[in-house]
Order: sequence, then C-alpha cells, then structure tokens
Amino acid sequence: MTEEELKPVIFRLLKGVAPDTEPETLKPDDNIRTTLEIDSFDYLQFIVALDEQFGMDTPEEDYGKIQTLHTLLAYLFQKAKKTV
Amino acid sequence: MIEFRMPSLGADMEAGTLVEWLVKPGDAVRRGDVIALVDTQKGLFDIEVFEDGTVENLVLKEGAKVPVGTVMAILNGTKEVVQKATKLEEAGAAREMPREVIAPVQTPPEIKASPLARRIAKDLSIDLSIIKGTGEEGAITKADVENAAAEKKQTPEQEMRAETAQQPSSPKEKTAATADSIRMAVAAAMSRANREIPHYYLETKIDMRKALAWLAEANKQRSVKQRLLPVALYIKAVAKAAAEVPQLNAYWEDGLQLKEAINIGVVISLRTGGILIPALRDAEKKSIDEIMEWINEIIPRARSLNLRSSDITDTTITLTSLAEGSAETVYGVIYPPQVALVGLGSISEQPWAENGMLDVRPVLVATLAADHRASDGQIGSRFLMAFKHYLQEPESL
Amino acid sequence: MEQAGSTIKLTYREALKQGIREALKKDDRVFLMGEDVGRYGGAFAVSKGLLKEFGEERIMDVPLSESAFTGAGIGAALAGLRPVVEIMTVNFSFLAMDQIVNNAATLFHMSGGQLNVPVVIRMSCGIGRQLAAQHSHSWEPFYAAIPGLKVLAVGTHEDARGMLLTALQDPDPVLLFEYTYLLNVEGEIASNAGAVDIITAKVRREGTDVSIITYGAAVPKALAAADELATTGIRAEVVDLRVLRPLDEETFLASVRKTHRALLVEEAWRSVSVSSEVSARIMEKAFYELDAPVKRLGGVEVPIPYPKHLEDACLPQPNDIVNAVKKMLQHD
Repeated sequence: MTEEELKPVIFRLLKGVAPDTEPETLKPDDNIRTTLEIDSFDYLQFIVALDEQFGMDTPEEDYGKIQTLHTLLAYLFQKAKKTV
Repeated sequence: MIEFRMPSLGADMEAGTLVEWLVKPGDAVRRGDVIALVDTQKGLFDIEVFEDGTVENLVLKEGAKVPVGTVMAILNGTKEVVQKATKLEEAGAAREMPREVIAPVQTPPEIKASPLARRIAKDLSIDLSIIKGTGEEGAITKADVENAAAEKKQTPEQEMRAETAQQPSSPKEKTAATADSIRMAVAAAMSRANREIPHYYLETKIDMRKALAWLAEANKQRSVKQRLLPVALYIKAVAKAAAEVPQLNAYWEDGLQLKEAINIGVVISLRTGGILIPALRDAEKKSIDEIMEWINEIIPRARSLNLRSSDITDTTITLTSLAEGSAETVYGVIYPPQVALVGLGSISEQPWAENGMLDVRPVLVATLAADHRASDGQIGSRFLMAFKHYLQEPESL
Repeated sequence: MEQAGSTIKLTYREALKQGIREALKKDDRVFLMGEDVGRYGGAFAVSKGLLKEFGEERIMDVPLSESAFTGAGIGAALAGLRPVVEIMTVNFSFLAMDQIVNNAATLFHMSGGQLNVPVVIRMSCGIGRQLAAQHSHSWEPFYAAIPGLKVLAVGTHEDARGMLLTALQDPDPVLLFEYTYLLNVEGEIASNAGAVDIITAKVRREGTDVSIITYGAAVPKALAAADELATTGIRAEVVDLRVLRPLDEETFLASVRKTHRALLVEEAWRSVSVSSEVSARIMEKAFYELDAPVKRLGGVEVPIPYPKHLEDACLPQPNDIVNAVKKMLQHD
C-alpha cells in the first residue's frame, strides 16, 4: 500500500470515531487529536479501529509515535515491514 | 393499578414530549422494558417501566408535551391481576383470567386558559395541554399560545418527528436534540444551582506517577479493546471516597438525604456542544474493568443521543473530567439536588517537591464543589484526601 | 381667532364657570338656579361673579328645598326655558329624587313623545374633600340605572368646559356630575375649547397592554397610574366613559378588543356600580377577546368617613391602580 492509498483509509477510520470532523484537512505534521479535538476515549476507539483494519496490535507505549499523520504513516509502514 | 408517570431525567428536565408508545393496551411488560420514547431538551430517551404488569390504558397521546410527574399510562401490576383472578376463581364466577380489569376513569386534566388564548389556540391548531400558562393561577394567556406557536414554527423538525411518531415502524430519530437545546437545559439547571446552592470549593494536587505507571502496566496485558483509561480509575476512586464520606453522596431536598447507592454521574461532552451526564449505578460495587466496560458502552450511546431513562436518573454524585491537553483545573457547578461534584483537570507535568527534593511529576488537580448546606470544608476535605489517597495507591482500587 | 394648538391653563372650577357663562351668553333661555348660586357665589364658588354679570333672573337663588326647586326647573323646561339646576351636593339630590325620577325621566314617555324635559341638573359630587358621609358619595350608578336620563361624568377640564353647552342642546333631562375633588386642580385645555359631544366615551391615553376603564374623579388617577406604569414598560390605555347613561360600549369594547384585559376603576361603591354594568357588557360582547378576568377597583363599601386618611383609604388611589394592573400582567 502506498501513502496515497493509506490516507483515505485513515481518514475513514477517523471519521468513524468523530463523524463531524474533516480529517482530509489535516496537514502532515498537525497533531491529529488536538486538531480534530478527539478525546482519549475516541482516540482509543480510533486505535481499536486501526488495529482491526491492519491486523496489528498497537501497544500503549507506542501511542506517542502516532500523533500526526506523518508519524502515523511512518509507524504503519514500519509495522508492515515487520510483518512482511 | 400503577400510574406510569413522565420520569424526571435530571434536574434540568421540566417536561417531556411523548414521541411514541412502544406498547399497546393489553401488552404484558416486565421491569426494565422500554415502553416509550420521550423527547426532552436533552434529546430522545427510551423510557423504561419499573414494574411487571399489563398495560391497561395509554393515557397520554403521542405528540403531547407534559410536565414531569404527569400520568402517562395506567398499568396493572402482576400481583394485582393474580389477586383478582384468584378471588374470582374462589367465588366460582369465572375460570379464565379476566382479560380486563375495571378501566380507571380518567378525568382529563382541566386546562385553565383565557377565552382569547383558547380562541387563538383553536385558530392556530395548537394543543393547549402542552402549554405552560404564565397568567393568573397558571392560566394560559394569549402570549403563551403565541410563544408556543412561534416555537412550533421555528422547529419544523419537531413536527416532522411528531409525524413520524405516528408510524410505529419509523426509525428513531437520533439527533433530535440540538446542541443548543441541550446547553439551554443544562444552563437552566446550573442557574438554579448557582442560585440555590451555597457552593464551596476545595482543591488538591495529586501525583499521578504511580497511577499512570499502574495503568501502563495493566494495559500491557490487555488487548486494545480492553485497555483502561484514567477515567476508570477516577470513577473508582470517587466511588470509594464517597463510600468513606457518605455526606457527599446525597441529595438536598428539604434537608440532607444520604443515599445508600453510589451512582456516579460522569459528564460526557458532546462533539457538537453541550453535555450529558449518564450515571454508573452502584459504582462502589464495580471493578475497574466493569467500569471501563460501562465507559466503552455508554460514551457512544451518549454521543449518539441514545440514552435510556435509567442511564441518567438517580445520580448521587457527579464527576467531570477534562480531556487530555485541556485546562489543568476545573471548578464545577453542582447538579441539584446532588450536594457534590468532583472536577478533574487534565494531567500535566509539574515541578513536585517531596522529601526536600524537587522532581517533575504528572500532576492531576482535583477540585471538589460541595453544598455548604450539606457539608462543610472539613468533610469535603476528608473526601478529597480519600480520593487522593486512592489515586496515589492505585493497587488499593 | 385663536391659533390652532394653543392652550390655556385653568382650574376645573374656572372651566365649569366658563362653560356656564358661555351658555348664558349664547342663549337667553338659559338660567342657573340653585342654593346659594347667586349672592354667595355657589357653595363651591363655581358661579361666583355671575350674578353681577347676568342679574337675578338668570342667576337665581332658591329656597332650601331640593324637591321644590328641581320641580320648578322641570316646569320651566316644559315651558320652553333651558334651566340649569344646581344641586349643591349629590346626597341632597335624593330630596329631589321624585322630581328627577318620576317627572323628568318619565314625561317624554308618558306623554307619548309630546313633552320633552330639556332640564340640565348639575350636582357636585365625589369624595375627597373631607365632607363626611352625608356630603360625599358617588351616586352616579344610582342615576345611571334610570331610563329617560342622560348621565354625564365630568372627569376632565375639557368636559368641565364643554359638557354643559351640549347638555343644554339636548331635548331630554341631562344630569351632570361635577367632582368637588377636582375643583382646584389645574389643567390645560385648548384655548378655543367649547362644546363637546355627550355621546361617546373617550380614550384619554392610548395603550396596548390593559384597558383602564373609568370615569369622573378617577380619570386623573388612572392617568397618573398609567404614567407610572409606563416607566415600567406597561402601556395602559385609559378610557374615560364620560357618558354613564347611555353607555358608549363600542369605545370600551374596542379598547378591550385591542388590549385583551380590562381593569374597571371607579370611586362609587363596588357592588352594583357602573363597573358592574361595564363588566357585564364586556362578558356579553367581548368574552372571546379576554386574556384575563375583568378586574374591578371600586370604593370601599362603607359610609365615607371624615378623617382624611380613612377617606383616602376608601377610594382606589393611583398606587392601587398600578398594583392591580401589575398583578393582572403578572409583572409583580
């Protein structure tokens, strides 16, 4: 999967937990949570959705690595490499 | 005979509109069954019945707006029916269960309205029974009818709802309440609180290092779906503190009324603005995992305005906890008739002096807003110190 | 010619006197008769100086017998004159009740329309001058009940100036109630003020929130109350009935149809009063316009006491009117 293919999936998942937001407007280095005003509960739901979508398990200590679109994509690519 | 009345879904509710009956006369109902949909300023609620029995008579018509406490339906309690049946059998009068017991005579409540108000209401097809009068002895005046007419005009979606309610199969509209109406309802209750309750505030700082470490450790062994959020610890700590200091788990209604059950209302902010406060019942008896399960279940329902009457009634103490990255301190307003509210800011790193040494710690600022009629600073402080103790010793939770 | 819009300031007493003087000047059939109206100048000095100006034939002192001189006045009217009979105090008019009720009011009817009685009877009346229980009552409702009479309540300077002139044009007996309480009160009227109609009630102040329907000495009190209510944002309409018989119901019904609330104020005893009749007509003809029950403020039902504070307490005062209106509008 390329970055361009991944982005819409991420946006869809974000939209799922926070229907009234516009994830498409996120810039690569925006903090996803603060920009979209997602609280800890909804962010946990997003991670649940992420894990289900990509069949992975994101440990709590990694939450800090997926704060922006940029770092999230990097994290996903890194995970993908490991599993491949 | 059981009178099923419009329930109060919190201090901010004065009246509710019956949107739809989900039962009909003759239906058997069990305690906990949802039998009606009621619209309030806070949105649409499933209304549950609290007794087993049979629906005798649906007194209230769909679409009618009535004050809290108004009889909506008459039920026959199971016991009653059985008793009557037994008696009849004893007398040899009938072998079968009587299908119907004597229908109670319903005198329609008298509506006091001025002749002019009646005339205008008739012209505008406005139901006087849904209007609260502001005239002499609560009589409905011209102005009241005109206000009702204006409201009706402003919210055509309400009419739509009333229409859809006519068709029992219609899907439930979930975003009935607007953020504004919820906020107005909350504001009304808060105005009352500020007017009537002599608030006092206490504040303490809590070192959350151990609690967060405990959570991180606990979450390592859990799947994402089972992971705990700090709020689960907060709720548990409030429950334990409330059990220790029962004066704050109470109502102020003609004096202090201590409550046995600890039902903790948790403030949930809606994305569109406004708040809802569902309560975790018997919180002191729940494990942290059970609390987290409740959170996982209740937040989506609250945010989709899909709460039931039992979710938001009988709250005995309220907890408001700001989201991460928010302000560090919150001073809450007590939700009447409760007598205390715990306010938690977001955790922030702060310099921390301990044993003559300076360190940086994750710090939670906890405040207590309490009703001075019900308690004083000493009692409030005992509560807050107990809460602090539990969070500093998370394993004790 | 007077400039349009210019006004003059004068007392109610002076306005009455100017009205009498103009009537006497205009029509030499007109003459004034009553106790002490000539040499003494009138018990309340209304006719002071007129004897000198018009002579004994036109300003006639009479013996202290209300029945006799009222009867004489009725006779003079039947004979073609235009007598103005002054009865010093309304309570004394009961001594002439037989003349007024059995003769003046009935002759047109009993003669099959052949005999008109164009007499005008002026009575000083009202409460508020510490004249005690035999000299200060509000007997308008009594006379307003009698068919065959026209009953006018002179509640403003304009009417004090102009009602008598029109009353003298009327072919039938007209009773004019003049209020001793207002005699010294100054007011402004058009400098060319003259005859006024004696058919209609008048809206003395326009408003939208409540109709204060009143007459006589209560008119200025209602206007004062309306002024005060205006400072709290309540716009009260003040309707001066003026003609108590026959009532001009169209005017007060129109006002009620506009404001949807009616407060009836009068100084007469509350029971079986003019307000009782007005209230009944509102019920009969504007019930579906009412947004609140009709309310009445009337005199306390006791013989009027002598002490000032008790006398005041017997009457609806501006403050009572303000409070009653606020209560009706739930603004208190």
